[in-house]
Amino acid sequence: MNKVKPSISSPPKSRTGITGFDEITGGGLPRSRTTLLLGGPGSGKTLFGLQFLVHGVQECKEPGIFVAFEESSKRIVANAESFGWNLPAELRRKKLYFMDAQPLPDMAQSGSFDLGGMLAALDAQVQKMGARRIVFDALDVVLALLPDATTKRREVYRLHEWLLARGLSGLITAKSGGDEVSSLSQQPFGFMQFMVDCAVILNHSVVQGVSHRNLRVQKYRGSSFDENESPFLIGASGLEVDSTRIVGHTRSMVSNERVSSGIKRLDTMLGGGFYRGASVLITGVPGTAKTTLAGAFAEAACRRGERTLFISFDSDSNEVIRDLASVGIQLARYKKNGLLRLASARTITGSAETYLVRIKTMAIEHGARCLVIDPMSIWSKSGSDSNAHSVAERLTDWSKANGITLVCTSLLDEMTNQTESGSSLQISTLADTWIHLNYLMQAGERNRGVSIIKSRGTAHSNQVRELILSDAGVTLADTYTAGGEVLMGTLRWQKEGAERVATENTEVAAKLKRVRLDAEEAELGVKMKSLQVELEAKQVEKALLARTREIHKGEVSQGRTHMRELRGADVVTRRRNGGKE
Amino acid sequence: MSRPLLYKFRLYVADDAQNGVLAKINLAAICRAYLPDQHEIEIVDVLVEPNRALKDGIFMTPTLIKLAPSPVRRIVGTLSQTEVVLQAIGLEAVPV
Repeated sequence: MNKVKPSISSPPKSRTGITGFDEITGGGLPRSRTTLLLGGPGSGKTLFGLQFLVHGVQECKEPGIFVAFEESSKRIVANAESFGWNLPAELRRKKLYFMDAQPLPDMAQSGSFDLGGMLAALDAQVQKMGARRIVFDALDVVLALLPDATTKRREVYRLHEWLLARGLSGLITAKSGGDEVSSLSQQPFGFMQFMVDCAVILNHSVVQGVSHRNLRVQKYRGSSFDENESPFLIGASGLEVDSTRIVGHTRSMVSNERVSSGIKRLDTMLGGGFYRGASVLITGVPGTAKTTLAGAFAEAACRRGERTLFISFDSDSNEVIRDLASVGIQLARYKKNGLLRLASARTITGSAETYLVRIKTMAIEHGARCLVIDPMSIWSKSGSDSNAHSVAERLTDWSKANGITLVCTSLLDEMTNQTESGSSLQISTLADTWIHLNYLMQAGERNRGVSIIKSRGTAHSNQVRELILSDAGVTLADTYTAGGEVLMGTLRWQKEGAERVATENTEVAAKLKRVRLDAEEAELGVKMKSLQVELEAKQVEKALLARTREIHKGEVSQGRTHMRELRGADVVTRRRNGGKE
Repeated sequence: MSRPLLYKFRLYVADDAQNGVLAKINLAAICRAYLPDQHEIEIVDVLVEPNRALKDGIFMTPTLIKLAPSPVRRIVGTLSQTEVVLQAIGLEAVPV
C-alpha cells in the first residue's frame, strides 16, 4: 500500500456537490486522478457519477463526459429529470456529453478486443469540449466480455493510464455483489482498488424491513478522510450524505444566551430558560402533554422571530396546529409568514439515518435556529436500537455544532420505570436539559406533573409542579404537599380554597378586634376628659377652701388686734403675718 | 447457386495494435476462404478518425460491421473463432 506522507497541503480536489460527501473527503474526489466507486445493484452509483458531473458543469466550470456502459443515455437523462439538474440544457450547451457504449445485444464476439477505440473517440470528444471530468458507469459490463483476467487487467490499466495522461478527474463505477470486503479482492476489479487513488463503497442493505444506505471511503491517497460508514439517502436534489463531525471540524460555539421554553414559570424553574444550542429532552408517557410543551417552545421561538422547524412523527402538520391551538398555542400565523416550517414525518419512510439526513437538509434549507422533533423515540422502531441511538447522538451533535436549540420529545413506555430509565434510545445522557412529565393518580384523577430531572449548567427547581392546560394557554401551578404527598388537581383546588377561607377568617377577626379596641380607646378618652374636668373642679374647690380659710384667719387676727386696740393693753404690731406666729 | 451476394465489411481498428492486426489477418482469411470475389473491406483507424468512431458508436476495437447484405451485424474481437464469425455474418461453415 502507498504511504501517506503527512503534508500540509492535501492534493487538489474536485467538489462533487454531494451534500456531506465533500465534508467526509475534505473537498471532494481527487482532481486529475481516478476514483473507483463500488456498489451493489440500486446503490446509487450512476446517480453519484452523474451528480459529480453536473456539479462540475454547473458550479466548477468543468465540462464532463458520461460513458454509459449499462443504461442508455436517454434513460439516464430521463431518470435524472426529477432531481432538477436540467441535463438537456447542459447537453445543448455542449458542456455535458453522454457516450452510449452499451454492448449491443445482437453483437457477436470473437476473440479478444480492447478499449482503444473508445479511448480514441473519447480523446476527440475531450478535446472538442475541454472536458475535465469523466465518468465510466458500470465498467464491469464491458469487462465481463473480456475473456480472461489478464486481459481485463490490461484494459483497466489502459483506461487508468489514459485518464492520468489526460489529467482528467475520473470516476469509474463497478458493481460489487454481496459482502463487499471478502468478495472484492476476488473480483476482476479487486486490483483496481489498489490502482486508483480513491475508492468509495456504496452499500444498500435492509435491516428489519427498513432500507439502509451507507457510504464508506475505503482509501484516499494523500488525504485524510472519515473512515466510517456514513448513511446517505437519495433525496430530492440528489445524493445526501450524513457526515459526522470529523477531526478538525469547527467545534460548536458555547452560548450563555437563554431562550424561553414558552412557559414563564418553567423558565423560572430552569433559572431563565434553556441555553441556546442546548438539546432538551421531554419525556413522558402518552398524553402527558409532551407535544404541547414542544409546541410552546416553538411558538416562543417564532415570537422572537427565530426560524423554527417542527417535525412531527405522530400527526399531520395541520393536526398539530389545530391541536395546539386548543391550548392557546397559535402556530398557524407563523406557518403562514414562513417563520415556522412544519413537517409531518409520517410521509418520510425509511431508516433512522434517512430521517436524520432529511431533517438536517430541511433544517439547513429553512435556516432553522430552533428544531423540534416530536417524538424522537419513533426511531427505535425503524431499525435497531443502537442505530437509532447513534442517529440521535449525531443529531444532537450536529444541532449543537450549528447552534440550533433542539427540543425533542421521547415517549416512555408506561411499563418502564418512569424516572430512572431515560428511554430506549438512551438519549437522556445526551440531553442538556431533561424535563419529565408524568401522571399522578390521586383521588380518582390523573393530573400532569412536570419536573426537571437535569439541566446542565443551570440551577433548577427541585419541585414537581402541576401542568395545567387550558384554552388560555399552558401554565404551571404550585403543588401542595400534605402529609408527605403531593396534591394536585381537585385536591389542590380544595386545599387552595380552604386556605383562602382561612385567610379571610383571620382577616375578619383582626378587623373586629380593632374596632373593639377603638371603641375602648374612645371610651377611655371620654373618661379621661370627665376626670380632668372633675380634677379642675376639685382644684378650684381646694383653692377656694384655702382662700376662705385665710380670709377667715385674717379676720380672726384682725379681730384680735382690733380687740387689743380696743383693750389697749399690748403693743400693736400692724402686721398681717401675725397669724403665723 | 443464385447470383453471388456482395458482402460489405467495415473493420474499425486502433492503429496497428495487436488485436487490430490479428483481426485484419483473420478477416482476410475468412473472406478468401468463404467469400472469394464477393466482398469489400473498409478499414477505419479510430486513432485517425476518432469522430467517426464516436458517431458510429465504436468503443471496442477491433469491431467488424457487416453492412450488406442486411441485417447489419457487429462482431467484436480479433475474429479468431471462425465459426462464430461465420455464424454472425450468416454463412455456414463449409469444409474447404
